Amino acid sequence: MVPIAYYLVLSAILFSIGVAAFLIKRNIITVFMSIELMLNAVNLTFVAFTRHWSQVTGHLQVNGQIFVFFVMVVAAAEAAVGLAIIIAVFRARNTLAVDQIDLMKL
Amino acid sequence: MTDLHLWLIPLVPFAGFLVNGLVGRKAPKAVVSAVALIGALIPMLQVAWVVWNYHALTLPHVENLGTWIRAGAFHADFAFAVDQLTLVMLCVVTGVGFLIHVYSVGYMAEEDGYWRFFAYMNLFLFFMLTLVLAENFLLMFVGWEGVGLASYLLIGFYYTKDSAAKAGRKAFLYNRVGDVGFLLAMFMLIAHFGSLSFSEVFAKIGADSALQGGFLTAIALFLVLGATGKSAQIPLYLWLPDAMEGPTPVSALIHAATMVTAGVYMIARTHVIFDRSPLALSVVAIIGCATAFFAATVGITQTDIKRVLAYSTVSQLGYMFLGCGVAAYTAGIFHLVTHAFFKALLFLAAGSVIHALSGEQDMRVMGGLRKKIPVTFWTMTAAVFAISGFPPLSGFVSKDEILYQTFISPSPAGKILWAVGLFTAGLTSFYMFRLWYLTFFGKSRLEQAHLDDHGAAVHAHKDTKLTLEAEPAHGHAHGVHESPWVMLGPLVILAILSVIGGWIGWPDGLWGSNWFGHWLGAGLGTSEGAGGSRSLEFMLACVSTAVALAGWLVAHVMYYAKPELPERMAQSLRAVYGLVKNKYWVDEIYGALVITPVLFIARYLLNVLIDRGVIDVGGMAAGYTAQGVGALVARIQSGNIRSYAGWLALFAALLLAASYFGWTAHFWVR
Repeated sequence: MVPIAYYLVLSAILFSIGVAAFLIKRNIITVFMSIELMLNAVNLTFVAFTRHWSQVTGHLQVNGQIFVFFVMVVAAAEAAVGLAIIIAVFRARNTLAVDQIDLMKL
Repeated sequence: MTDLHLWLIPLVPFAGFLVNGLVGRKAPKAVVSAVALIGALIPMLQVAWVVWNYHALTLPHVENLGTWIRAGAFHADFAFAVDQLTLVMLCVVTGVGFLIHVYSVGYMAEEDGYWRFFAYMNLFLFFMLTLVLAENFLLMFVGWEGVGLASYLLIGFYYTKDSAAKAGRKAFLYNRVGDVGFLLAMFMLIAHFGSLSFSEVFAKIGADSALQGGFLTAIALFLVLGATGKSAQIPLYLWLPDAMEGPTPVSALIHAATMVTAGVYMIARTHVIFDRSPLALSVVAIIGCATAFFAATVGITQTDIKRVLAYSTVSQLGYMFLGCGVAAYTAGIFHLVTHAFFKALLFLAAGSVIHALSGEQDMRVMGGLRKKIPVTFWTMTAAVFAISGFPPLSGFVSKDEILYQTFISPSPAGKILWAVGLFTAGLTSFYMFRLWYLTFFGKSRLEQAHLDDHGAAVHAHKDTKLTLEAEPAHGHAHGVHESPWVMLGPLVILAILSVIGGWIGWPDGLWGSNWFGHWLGAGLGTSEGAGGSRSLEFMLACVSTAVALAGWLVAHVMYYAKPELPERMAQSLRAVYGLVKNKYWVDEIYGALVITPVLFIARYLLNVLIDRGVIDVGGMAAGYTAQGVGALVARIQSGNIRSYAGWLALFAALLLAASYFGWTAHFWVR
């Protein structure tokens, strides 16, 4: 039986990698992938807690797993919309570097 | 009980005001005059109908149209009332008001803003009738303020003329000072009686005979302050002579016959309060007597025909105050009525003279007009004799009643007040005959003045600034001419009233019955005249007639027999003459003592320090602070998505740390 702390530590590491990648990488595609990484880190936490609480209470707890499905659906929708935006931006600006897409500053 | 529909009496002129004010600009003059005259005629007919139904009424007749203001137990109603006093005022206001409206049709015929003039005149009638019909202090105050507004608008009728605009402002501001007194009196009445209704307040005072002096004196004195503002008494009389900048019919209606008597009416109306306060009564008597005397002395030296009449009005109002001040309210009101007749007549006749001379108001260039404008001359003669107090004309009857009541009043100063009043009567006679001789007798000085290219008169204008400028539209020059009959008709009617108007109150001492005094006294619930006798009254009447005669004689010698005499006397009494001619420098004293400090405070303390120093700088500081902080914070919005993400991550981490360590300022302690 793997203790829950292991899952949580792994999840925290994954999330931190996601955040770091989001802040460091310049390519939009990479930034996009780091978002997915953060989402899946959270999904891992949900699933881990579901299993943990099922064992603690003795009943099957499915709330976390249902929430994971929601996250996946939203992430899929986000991927579709986001990739479309990225293609549109690339066609317009001919670049994928986030530093150069800063027209909305004051 | 018959329903008189009293609310219609003020409302009809108001309708006239609305019609003329809204569409009069485009309407032809005939329509404007018709609307205005109907607006003045219908109230007169209504008042006549009220008089017709007099015996069917139980006075006071109150008509309550509903509650206006309700606050807890206090309420003020739209209530109108008719009693003897109101009836007298209604007759004067509507009667004289209608005559002056008729006169104005002729006098104002060639003026611009004809519709505006008549709209304001009807507005004035509306407020004046509200004032006299009101059954409570608050509604009376509405009329009180309203007549002030109408007066302001009409004084400033020639608004392109700077002096007229200033005179209107001056009148308005002086009246405001008085209104403060009226307001404070109302607040005190609410505080002590919880009501502003005349009947309720007076009933409460009547029911408690222990109420003497004290706060009633304070209320009475505040009311007196209000009355001095409206009725142009010391210390607030200065606006009335300047109010002569308005058209002459306005001077006749508002500044002689009706509005300025509102103060006297108010004191008579609230006499229950004054009766309980001997101090306030003495103040009224002394103010009245002093005003009568000082205004009369100033009137002697004025050279502008309307200014002489203005000071005469102030002086006569002083007599009315004197009458009220010795608790002879009926005598004061009686003088109000007769004064309305002869002073309106004097102003209208002076207007006719000015009209005849195409706008000339300076008596020094008049003269010899007796044969050229005979109707004006004879009507004015009636008024001059009436105001000077020659029996059996109206002025004699009412002024003598006041002097007699003053003489027999129990107050210790009664004899002194009587003596001053008597001397003032002589002065009155003197300056009125001076006006009479200068205007109508001797040789015409008009040609001489015109030959000099208005030299003397114009120089006088500039040197002394005592004369008013000619009214603009009358400035076109054509020969001396009698006025049209639309102007002379009211003159004749008023002349008849000036002669016989006093007979309704013919004194007991001269084989009369003083019907007016007893009738009005019964309405007011006052009894007066105790301590006198018929022989005393007869004797005093003889004395005052002799004084009036003396005034006439002196004027005759100085301005008819030896016209060079006044000049020499002015030379030898230069100091006194200068003092009086410059109206005792009161305007200048007020200017130094009141106006200059107020302006200083307004300009430097309030404007520079408070307004620009504190408020403006505070506003600017708030604005600049917001702008600076905004500029600083705006730098966060760089457009760089990674910096946004960085901020988000940073604050999310802080939030996490804070929620883990707890929301305390000392979270590091844990």
